[in-house]
Amino acid sequence: MSDSLIKFIFGRLTWESLPLHEPIVVGTFIAVALGGAALVGALTYFRLWGYLWREWFTSVDHKKIGIMYMVLGLVMLLRGFSDAIMMRLQQAIAFNGAEGYLNAHHYDQILTAHGVIMIFFVAMPFVTGLMNYVVPLQIGARDVSFPFLNNFSFWMTVGGAILVMMSLFVGEFARTGWLAYPPLSNIGYSPDVGVDYYIWALQVAGVGTTLSGINLICTIVKMRAPGMTMMRMPVFTWTSLCTNVLIVASFPVLTAVLAMLGLDRYVGTNFFTNDFGGSPMMYVNLIWIWGHPEVYILILPLFGVFSEVTSTFSGKRLFGYTSMVYATVVITILSYLVWLHHFFTMGSGASVNSFFGITTMIISIPTGAKIFNWLFTMYRGRIRFELPMMWTVAFMLTFVVGGMTGVLLAVPPADFVLHNSLFLIAHFHNVIIGGVLFGLFAGIVYWWPKAFGFKLDPFWGKVSFWCWVVGFWFAFMPLYILGLMGVTRRMRVFDDPSLQIWFVIAAFGAVLIAIGIAAFLIQIYVSIRRREELTDPTGDPWNGRTLEWSISSPPPAYNFAFTPVVRDNDAWWDMKRAGYKRPLSGFKPIHMPRNTGTGVILAGLSVALGFGLIWYMWWLAAASFIGIIATAIGHTFNYHRDFHIPASEVTQTEEARTRLLSMQG
Amino acid sequence: MSLTLTSSLAKTAGTEPVFHLENEQEHAEGGSTMLGFWIYLMSDCLIFAMLFAAYGVLGGNYAAGPAPKDLFDLQLVAVNTSMLLLSSITYGFAMLTMEKGRVAATQAWLAVTGLFGLAFIGIELYEFAHMIHEGATPQRSAFLSAFFTLVGTHGLHVTFGIIWLVTLMVQVWTRGLIAANRRRLMCLSMFWHFLDVIWIGVFTFVYLMGMLR
Repeated sequence: MSDSLIKFIFGRLTWESLPLHEPIVVGTFIAVALGGAALVGALTYFRLWGYLWREWFTSVDHKKIGIMYMVLGLVMLLRGFSDAIMMRLQQAIAFNGAEGYLNAHHYDQILTAHGVIMIFFVAMPFVTGLMNYVVPLQIGARDVSFPFLNNFSFWMTVGGAILVMMSLFVGEFARTGWLAYPPLSNIGYSPDVGVDYYIWALQVAGVGTTLSGINLICTIVKMRAPGMTMMRMPVFTWTSLCTNVLIVASFPVLTAVLAMLGLDRYVGTNFFTNDFGGSPMMYVNLIWIWGHPEVYILILPLFGVFSEVTSTFSGKRLFGYTSMVYATVVITILSYLVWLHHFFTMGSGASVNSFFGITTMIISIPTGAKIFNWLFTMYRGRIRFELPMMWTVAFMLTFVVGGMTGVLLAVPPADFVLHNSLFLIAHFHNVIIGGVLFGLFAGIVYWWPKAFGFKLDPFWGKVSFWCWVVGFWFAFMPLYILGLMGVTRRMRVFDDPSLQIWFVIAAFGAVLIAIGIAAFLIQIYVSIRRREELTDPTGDPWNGRTLEWSISSPPPAYNFAFTPVVRDNDAWWDMKRAGYKRPLSGFKPIHMPRNTGTGVILAGLSVALGFGLIWYMWWLAAASFIGIIATAIGHTFNYHRDFHIPASEVTQTEEARTRLLSMQG
Repeated sequence: MSLTLTSSLAKTAGTEPVFHLENEQEHAEGGSTMLGFWIYLMSDCLIFAMLFAAYGVLGGNYAAGPAPKDLFDLQLVAVNTSMLLLSSITYGFAMLTMEKGRVAATQAWLAVTGLFGLAFIGIELYEFAHMIHEGATPQRSAFLSAFFTLVGTHGLHVTFGIIWLVTLMVQVWTRGLIAANRRRLMCLSMFWHFLDVIWIGVFTFVYLMGMLR
């Protein structure tokens, strides 16, 4: 009786589910628990909970939500990178019969978690955070179209991240690789909770991502300042628009395919099984119909960042604005026509493979056009090699190599040799680190002064820059070589001792990257300490060109006291040229959305729902599902969602800025 | 907003360039809602597209189990289809009366719509129960997995639509046909008709063509 009661309450969660037999995980848990307790203690001691709740967690301000996304991305980067360096260390020592220090069960979870975390919970939050922060400012808007939805989206992304992090200490994560191909991921071969953690973490986060995509599309389409036609939008806004179109047009595919995998696992349907007419290859097709657009979701916003940075730091209008926009749109469309290149070896025949090989190669044309546009922007410009520009140049040099190996992999016969080899691993890290990550660092350094009112310390930034760039080349060039020699991915131990030296070099590269990450954290710490010296009272530290630089740093809650009117591509540059004078009087009350805690509550209930489903605690799943519906309906009964910032407060804020500016002379 | 812009531009034409709006019209609340909801519907449509695609790939894989001809009762499905189509018409009537500001009539048509929706769900559940009773469970073959998931997902949508409809009826009851409620009724209207369109696809692609197979 009591046994069945315990089973009812805890489902399949038992004491054995806790990984107490894994000393590495136990050590990590102790460190995380102590760190977490210290953090909670500090927040309680300094009475910061109320502040955090009122000013941040429940905030519907796109700027605060953007910053919270960036914090999430940074925290998860540390986790994802820990996985990376553990793998590099394992592969560097597991030779000549040595088993290394990670058993197969643990190692397979690490390689899966690394991929999942880096894509979904590092790159996606970083990219979404940047877009959230910058896009409304660039188009002269006061917030996004649906501010509450924005807060909710963020917390759903956090919810997914929490589920992934939970799997480290309660149960286990998937051991299937980051896309969880069936039949391996089906219940017969993965009966444990790992794949269920994977499914529910991505479903919860996926809701947030899709809604945030809808939100940003509406924002860009509907909320642009008067005069800003589509072809006067800043390039970052353009690439954000295309990215969010991609999000809305691809994440539902992921939702559907994971739902079908979930049904296979929970209900026993036969979508992707080997028997009863199921088709595992359909899963591979469907998930890559999401997966290929996903890589462009990641890179396109950073193409926008590079465009802004290049033109700002070259002191020139962007070369080929129109071609840049069309190249972005063409990439957006083409990204749906190439998914099959991820599995040429499926055996769909020469005609199908040729089609997808050729479409893949065609993508390099608009991408190449972009590279040339940036180069021509720099050509005869007065280039200032500040940190954002350094990241941009490093990106161009690195990304071109990754692009070329990509074209190489697009050739089906070559792909038959290189499929699933370390050459592929080197290729996509080459474009994701060299493109997405370098772009994120460029973007963070570029917009940091806007967000916080002071610049980042250049010295530690340069340390971080050189460690990252050099570390990247050390870490991944050996993988190209190993891949050409035929070494496959996801291996835990090796037999051939002649390979070891390459893995040792790669591990050295990973250590350099670790120093790069540490230097980045030090850079933030040092900059906060030295914020008085690094302060930027002008709001326009780089001599910028787009509207976000026309307002104070950090911007007031309402962004723009008056809605700006745009006459040119580089709106702020045009305003400076035409002798723009800041309005000093006549301020009016500003209509703004009100904060709400509903997003946090809904996301918390979603985590509980996921947890219940993962552990077969059906009562918890049912209760939290009903809770979600009830909370959502309850929220719709709240009709008081906005308020007005009184004109006096606007006047006060703007006058403070006037004094600050006049002190500059 | 564009009106304000042109007037302020005209006022200062030939003098100083205009860089901001002196007087801006209040942003119409919920100005992006229709567009946003439409985009949401398109994303939902993609989920259905995937389920249709899965059905297209797996629909012939009976695994020596029952085929559409053994299972489908077209007369029942025709009745069911008419329930949903009628519910769309009555929703249309609800919107027409809403435009005229007639609260009671709107509520009545919404209630009729909800009843048609419930009838649709009831018949669908009866059909499912019957099939499962015959041994045609979702686990029996890939065809049945795809069938139950596609039709069931549509049914779940209708169910949520009914819950939403009841919620809106309560809100119209307490607050009347205020702008926010009209906007919400418009959204549900789009949702309801969207489900109708999806059902036409299901009816044609799954049931009619299944019987021809």
